Amino acid sequence: MRASDLLHPRPEGLYCPPGDFFIDPVRPVNRALITHGHSDHARSGHRSVLATQQTLDIMRLRYGEGFAGTTQAAALGEAIALNGVTVTFHPAGHVLGSAQIEVVHQGACIGASGDYKRQRDATCQPFEPVKCDVFITEATFGLPVFRHPPDAEEIARLLKSTAQFPERAHLVGAYALGKAQRVMRLLRDAGYDRPIYIHGALAKLSDYYQSQGIELGTLEPATVESGGKEGFTGAIVVGPPSAFADRWARRFPDPISCFASGWMRIRQRAKQGGVELPLIISDHADWDELTATIRQTGAGEIWVTHGREEALVRWCELEGIAARPLHLVGYEDEGD
Amino acid sequence: MNRFAELLDRLVLTPSRNGKLTLLSDYFRSVEDPDRGLALAAITGDLTIAAVKPAMLRALVMERIDPVLFGYSYDYVGDLAETVSLVWPQSPADVANHEPTLAEVVSKLQAASRSDGPKVLARLLDSASISARFAIIKLVTGGLRIGVSARLAKQALADLGKVDVAEIEELWHGLTPPYAELFAWLEGKADKPKKTALALFRPVMLSNPIGDGDLEKLDPADYAAEWKWDGIRVQAVSEGGIRRLYSRTGDDVSGAFPDLAKAMDFSATLDGELLVGDPLQATGTFSDLQQRLNRKSVTPKIQQQYPAFMRCYDVLQIGDEDLRTLPFSDRRGRLEVFVQTLDPSRFDLSPLVEFTDWQALEELRRKPLHPVIEGVMLKRWDSPYLTGRPKGPWFKWKRDPHTIDAVLMYAQRGHGKRSSFYSDYTFGVWSGPEGSEELVPVGKAYFGFTDEELRQIDKYVRDNTIERFGPVRSVRADRRQGLVLEVAFEGLNRSTRHKSGVAMRFPRISRLRWDKPAAEADRIETLQALLD
Repeated sequence: MRASDLLHPRPEGLYCPPGDFFIDPVRPVNRALITHGHSDHARSGHRSVLATQQTLDIMRLRYGEGFAGTTQAAALGEAIALNGVTVTFHPAGHVLGSAQIEVVHQGACIGASGDYKRQRDATCQPFEPVKCDVFITEATFGLPVFRHPPDAEEIARLLKSTAQFPERAHLVGAYALGKAQRVMRLLRDAGYDRPIYIHGALAKLSDYYQSQGIELGTLEPATVESGGKEGFTGAIVVGPPSAFADRWARRFPDPISCFASGWMRIRQRAKQGGVELPLIISDHADWDELTATIRQTGAGEIWVTHGREEALVRWCELEGIAARPLHLVGYEDEGD
Repeated sequence: MNRFAELLDRLVLTPSRNGKLTLLSDYFRSVEDPDRGLALAAITGDLTIAAVKPAMLRALVMERIDPVLFGYSYDYVGDLAETVSLVWPQSPADVANHEPTLAEVVSKLQAASRSDGPKVLARLLDSASISARFAIIKLVTGGLRIGVSARLAKQALADLGKVDVAEIEELWHGLTPPYAELFAWLEGKADKPKKTALALFRPVMLSNPIGDGDLEKLDPADYAAEWKWDGIRVQAVSEGGIRRLYSRTGDDVSGAFPDLAKAMDFSATLDGELLVGDPLQATGTFSDLQQRLNRKSVTPKIQQQYPAFMRCYDVLQIGDEDLRTLPFSDRRGRLEVFVQTLDPSRFDLSPLVEFTDWQALEELRRKPLHPVIEGVMLKRWDSPYLTGRPKGPWFKWKRDPHTIDAVLMYAQRGHGKRSSFYSDYTFGVWSGPEGSEELVPVGKAYFGFTDEELRQIDKYVRDNTIERFGPVRSVRADRRQGLVLEVAFEGLNRSTRHKSGVAMRFPRISRLRWDKPAAEADRIETLQALLD
């Protein structure tokens, strides 16, 4: 069977005709397979959802009990038959519960990676390369300029800055699912033992991470009652980036705005966002990880999606690997 | 090298002056000699290393990466140094087990000849981290552009040693990188370096612009007025056979003006305006003066065509006598006598402007007697010569700018925090006979508007693009449709480089004329009339 008959884009998302399911559909569908809990991949309102237990838990936390008609948990590495198509979930190393989905049918094998990274992350299972004929890769950071440094170095710069500016609060913008918990965990691993103040939007997910055995230490709500302006002197506050442009941030003394994202590799990006201390910490693969992964999968054909497809397609051409952009709509360009 | 790179990265993103000072003084405190002194020299522009042209850098990287991938990368990042630092391939074998220090990097670059410069640079880039690569490229391409002036760096030194910054400025030209004796003094480990060097820079006194309502509070009898000449501020210091011309920021510009330096056969420190021409006959325009600026050396022909002279308006020292504490009226008296002893083709006296009240001075300001005058200066008779920009003793009262209504023709994406905005605008005015008018570009401006106006123009550009060339967009501009910009500028020079034959000085967008039809924008003749 041709790979493009096994999976191809439809307006709702990536569709498998023989299996009659979608992967990460952006509109409500009959049957959805979900790679991870970020809201542009995991939407509510599908009739049935197949995902890892952690992804299902995260969707329930975000959307409430009735987020889908029925749900089924996929154990990592377990083959599941759907109308004669075999699907297997493998860890993607992106956020807690994230998975790649391997789709096999009549001798054709496609690895749909979802979002992934290769850097070690104590808050989720590491990515496992899957041998396949066609590998569908994300390309959020699909340009040779994106090279993420080791995350511990970035956290060390944050801690150095808190020592340099002890009278100011450091506000760390971090996506509520995954990035925020990873930043907190990195702080703990670096020996930071003061309470970390968090924005309300992070509370439920951070509790869930702790319940899954990921130690984040003492987290305090960043409310005026808990701190008061003086209370936040020298504090590290973690919250969604949008909150820091808001009036909410006025409670902190002369804050230094920090942003944990792969985009912070580009100085102009940091400048545009008024970020004083960029922290290059990403949950997506950087250029070197993308190209190494493509090689590792042994795939003869690469489909490139959401991000900077053209550069990665060009790289594949130079390497003699067939590649084409897969135009999927609805995923956030700034998905970090 | 990584510490220096990290300092640059933080400085460029830290908007507050106090934040920058903390970062700088922490760096100077924590980093040892000679690295910290070399970093200081790099920031103040006192580090000389073999320059590598951007084209050479591009060639180096093109040998190492697919040009198409480089093209995508450069388009995305928008800055050559940054793109190269990021895409430079690095194999683990290249990473030295020892991170090079700033001193090692500088000494390798300084030892490199012109021909092996690129090779030395490539080897350094191979052994450096991404941030360090960026810092190295900034060092060799010149201009760190981190928003830190030499003066701010000196302030950080002053903070480090808890001394007055003027003490550092006075010493500065007697010191050389890596400034070990300066740091030793600031850290209390040695005495203050002796002023052994002659002809040092004296920090200059600056003026404030006259603001609304300022004049009402001032008594005309307290102030002297002078013309504000349109040249560059210089300080001429001659002492013990050493002759130096300094810019107002303390940069030594003597090399570009050997004709003037030759006439400095005195022992004194003078403050005045550098101009070209013959003081007795005709004062040259600023565009004449530009023939002499930004040159390390100058040919005899240019010296003859545009002779430099100094129009003096203050005296800081004569022989061993420091005059800076005297009131302006006394210094002026000394100056008038002193200038008479100098070569009249190279030095003259900036004349005082007689006036009785502000109204009378206002009329003189509006109609100055010479085209090279750009306003008037007010100086308090009783003021000593103070360093910096004290509010009160000196004011500048500039001529109002010229304005013209022009039509937006091209827009280019900006740099830095404006890299996602079309923020550099080329504008034109109408020329040609009635019925077949065409726009001819007359200038380019990238400031003068608010952030909100920038967003509005950016949207207009995106909505009205007719063609694209890289980062530039051509915007619809014809008789029926176009965005009219009111452009303010300080003066107009003839130009052979521009099709329109004119070049504006200091153009900026003063207003957006959404209301004005494009056909009613100004014509080129309006500008040509200003030339004569």
